[in-house]
Amino acid sequence: MFTPHTTQDKKEMLAKIGVQNVQELLAQIPQEFLYPALDLPQALSEAELTAHVHDLAAKNKPLKNFIGAGAYEHFVPAAVSALSSRGEFLTAYTPYQAEASQGTLQTIYEFQSSICALFNMDATTASHYDGATALAEAVLACTRITGRKEVIISALLHPHYKEVLTTYTRHAGITLTEAKPTAQGTLDVSALKAQISADTACVVLATPNFLGYLEQADEISKAVHEKGGLLVSLVNALALGILQTPAEYDADFAVAEGQVLGNKLNFGGPFLGILTAKKQYLRQLPGRMVGIAKDKDGNRSFVLTLQAREQHIRREKAASNICSNEAICALNAVIYLTLLGPQGLKEVCALNVERAHQLADLIDGVKGFEVLREAPFFNEFVVKCPVKASAVIEKLAQQGIAAGYDLGQTCKQMENCLLVCATEVRTPNDLTAYAEALKGVL
Amino acid sequence: MYNQEKCRFAQTHEWAFAQGDVAVVGISDHAQEEISDIVFVDLPKVGRQVKVGENCCVIESVKSASEIYAPVSGEIVEVNEALNGDPALVNREAHGNGWLFKIKMTNPAEMDELLDFNAYQGTLGK
Amino acid sequence: MNEFLKHNELSIEKSRAGRRGVRFAQAEKQVNDYLPENCLRKDTPRLPEMSEFDVVRHFTRLSQQNYSLDAQFYPLGSCTMKYNPKAYDTLSALEPFAGAHPFAPESAVQGTLQALYELQELLKKVTGLAAFTLQPAAGAHGELTGILTARRYHDAHGNTARCEVIVPDTAHGTNPATANMAGYHVINIKSAPNGCVDKQALAAALSPKTAVVMLTIPNTLGLFETDIKEIADMVHKAGALLYMDGANFNALIGLATPADFGVDIMHLNIHKTFAAPHGGGGPGAGPVGAAAHVAPFLPHPIVQKQGSTYTLADNRPESVGKMKAFYGNIAVCLRGYCYLRQFDAQTLKEIAECAVLNANYVRAALKGKFNAYFDRACMHECVLSIDPHACNGVHTADVAKRLLDYGFYAPTIYFPLIVPEAIMIEPTETENKEMLDAFIAVMERIFDEINTTPELVKEAPHTQPVKRIDEVSAARMPNLHW
Repeated sequence: MFTPHTTQDKKEMLAKIGVQNVQELLAQIPQEFLYPALDLPQALSEAELTAHVHDLAAKNKPLKNFIGAGAYEHFVPAAVSALSSRGEFLTAYTPYQAEASQGTLQTIYEFQSSICALFNMDATTASHYDGATALAEAVLACTRITGRKEVIISALLHPHYKEVLTTYTRHAGITLTEAKPTAQGTLDVSALKAQISADTACVVLATPNFLGYLEQADEISKAVHEKGGLLVSLVNALALGILQTPAEYDADFAVAEGQVLGNKLNFGGPFLGILTAKKQYLRQLPGRMVGIAKDKDGNRSFVLTLQAREQHIRREKAASNICSNEAICALNAVIYLTLLGPQGLKEVCALNVERAHQLADLIDGVKGFEVLREAPFFNEFVVKCPVKASAVIEKLAQQGIAAGYDLGQTCKQMENCLLVCATEVRTPNDLTAYAEALKGVL
Repeated sequence: MYNQEKCRFAQTHEWAFAQGDVAVVGISDHAQEEISDIVFVDLPKVGRQVKVGENCCVIESVKSASEIYAPVSGEIVEVNEALNGDPALVNREAHGNGWLFKIKMTNPAEMDELLDFNAYQGTLGK
Repeated sequence: MNEFLKHNELSIEKSRAGRRGVRFAQAEKQVNDYLPENCLRKDTPRLPEMSEFDVVRHFTRLSQQNYSLDAQFYPLGSCTMKYNPKAYDTLSALEPFAGAHPFAPESAVQGTLQALYELQELLKKVTGLAAFTLQPAAGAHGELTGILTARRYHDAHGNTARCEVIVPDTAHGTNPATANMAGYHVINIKSAPNGCVDKQALAAALSPKTAVVMLTIPNTLGLFETDIKEIADMVHKAGALLYMDGANFNALIGLATPADFGVDIMHLNIHKTFAAPHGGGGPGAGPVGAAAHVAPFLPHPIVQKQGSTYTLADNRPESVGKMKAFYGNIAVCLRGYCYLRQFDAQTLKEIAECAVLNANYVRAALKGKFNAYFDRACMHECVLSIDPHACNGVHTADVAKRLLDYGFYAPTIYFPLIVPEAIMIEPTETENKEMLDAFIAVMERIFDEINTTPELVKEAPHTQPVKRIDEVSAARMPNLHW
């Protein structure tokens, strides 16, 4: 249906090739394989498809979202998708032919620059698939750099990130051990210090951690560096608008889920893996990079550079097989950051902090519910409920509210605990409605 | 500095120049021309033990990454730090200031297994 | 460029202190009323300060410096640059889909789950495989998923001695890179003189150490492995699994189902065969399918159907794990779903048939000037080769740059590695005959230039926003951020 050829076109083309029909060209495929019977549903026209997909969309119920847990609903200004959905960006190919791709290349350079500015780190890439895979790449890089095979990961890392790390490292002879938390929900720093050894390639820290709490990174950083290991920090990219940056506690690698910058939830993808590092690890970073260059007339231009690290050149010697990344998501992020600027970022971060803390206060005011304020938090916190978290979620869903993430899924002892998030998109009315709905649980 | 006529060569285009029990190692003029504009040299760490034929260094151009193999066994005792700021030195002075690293040989007799200049030139069919 | 209107400046260069773009409501309290000082950032990030309009103008102007499929023909071999239907962009972005949280109660996301489930089923049908995961975010990610799944399969069967992966020398770089990432030792085998797998070389390489053989079908020369049945048998007899890189599936869709030739695991590229846009480098999606004996080891979750309800509760304890935090590049998968819903068995094969017709038409028309490296019928792509000695020193790279001057994006160049000065052309089925004829005419013109004014070709491009770029200095002294 998207094939434009008329019968006349086909006739002329076949004549040029010198065959009677297309089947002659398919002779290289053994007959036994050709034209299998495919049991496919009826083909839909665009109008029928549109109606069908709208029907599917109607089966998704819009709930007021209070779930974070690795994917955050933030306001995306209209200009972001208006710009990134332009065909010149959306339907372009990877910018290998640099002279014809200066648009894409400059946006990637500006993305890299914005990320380095936001993270206060010296090196970054054009993007990775998501925060979890960026973290896996950082861990693998640490094992290559140090030549060591032991990795200590915070027990308070996102459970799905832990699984991805396991999947990526299982066969590589890398041992993943967990750094235990205290009962308060942050890392047991003295226990961690005792765990770090001369075999430790890196410590992986999440701050905010999965429970929403900010960790004390300085001591951990010193401890791992003393033993010759490296520090990998998983952070909230948006929160860096106001929070301490990874450079301030001497992180060697800092990774994040960039979905929070100008990208919608999309049920989990496409997301945006951000991978940053100190200057000296630049060449250990896998993935595309754009650099400034001069053309032969001396004009400033942009080009994919340091390609000799990549799979199309190194093949089996490449550090990573990454080819396509998440370019449009990175474009969304750089447009978002450019629209907000440092002041806009401060504003949106302040709202996140405020909404979350206002909601926490309202929840504390509901009998039976208690916010566990063990450590500072950005926009996400733990609520101890008088009943199972799953029951709270079910009850509130009936009222059009997605109450939060059931921590019982990750930890049996926490089955009465709910991980709740409030971002700048939640209005004061949303917050009061949430508290009111909670009152109806008991 | 490391006159190519006085060097010994590996089939893989590395040259070795003996200074006592230390071998200075670089790549041949032919190799640097084949690789063309060198943009980065990934030098080995000082102190590393290498076996003859072991890959211990990578030379990158814009479009390629060439593995460099130790022509003799021993310990890397020095690397050419100048290449960090000016990798093109290898192109300009493959047998001079563009040397790569120095190996303290564990078995100097390995030098005899390498080709002399004429034999090496002979392997470069035109 | 215009010296007054500094369009090409970076955003940070256009920035002026105090300018504001998008604003938010002011919070009632200060951040340090809620958070201790030592948690807070001490500096301000060096980001541009621009008005919203300036930002819009900036990125709009940048977009105008790009070639793009919507505007230009992209005959990039192995990339399948086919028309990206606009309906799918709109439909995949509908708010109920775009706003769905991955941890939302399942009762609230039945629409998304149904679409994903149906896509899984459709992919099973067009490949003949038993199960599909939609988790991988790109083709290379799909390859890694597939090889790690194979590894899990072998571990479960006690085949821990299997430590090698065989790839032909025509393989895309991601194949050996993937095998290496998965902890395997890569064995490269030389292709036969006809460009296909050399069965003797394969037989010599196969051993009790072989875990997987990775093949692209049709291969990167655009040629189908006619002996695939025999090859698959050899692989299976050796106790190994056959992995198919499905990047070239556009040549087979509707015509053949890989499960029939003995493929155990394969990946597909939604942003190639299934018409999702390339985005200048992503996001893509690389679903992975497996035969029944390998399916239990695929990553989890795979969407299940229970009665009339769709769920992510996928109980497969032998699964290799997760390849990314969430379930896939959903918005990309939705486009793939839309695409497959617009075809039936009759129309699906027209895609492949037209793709094959178009590639052979270009090959036949250029014969005598730019010859295909293998002078026989190709599938959806053909690989040409030029001899610089016979072309006044003009290289493939020069021809590619000269094509830009004529308003065409260049084909894939210098790949596969076994073809000297390779030019790989994949028109796809969505290009009309006038475009193909124009491309052919331009190639013929460049051929003339090679013979009469070769410098014009060697110095190309001449008409782009920038001239040929000095990549050497860029790599020697990398400047990667402002």
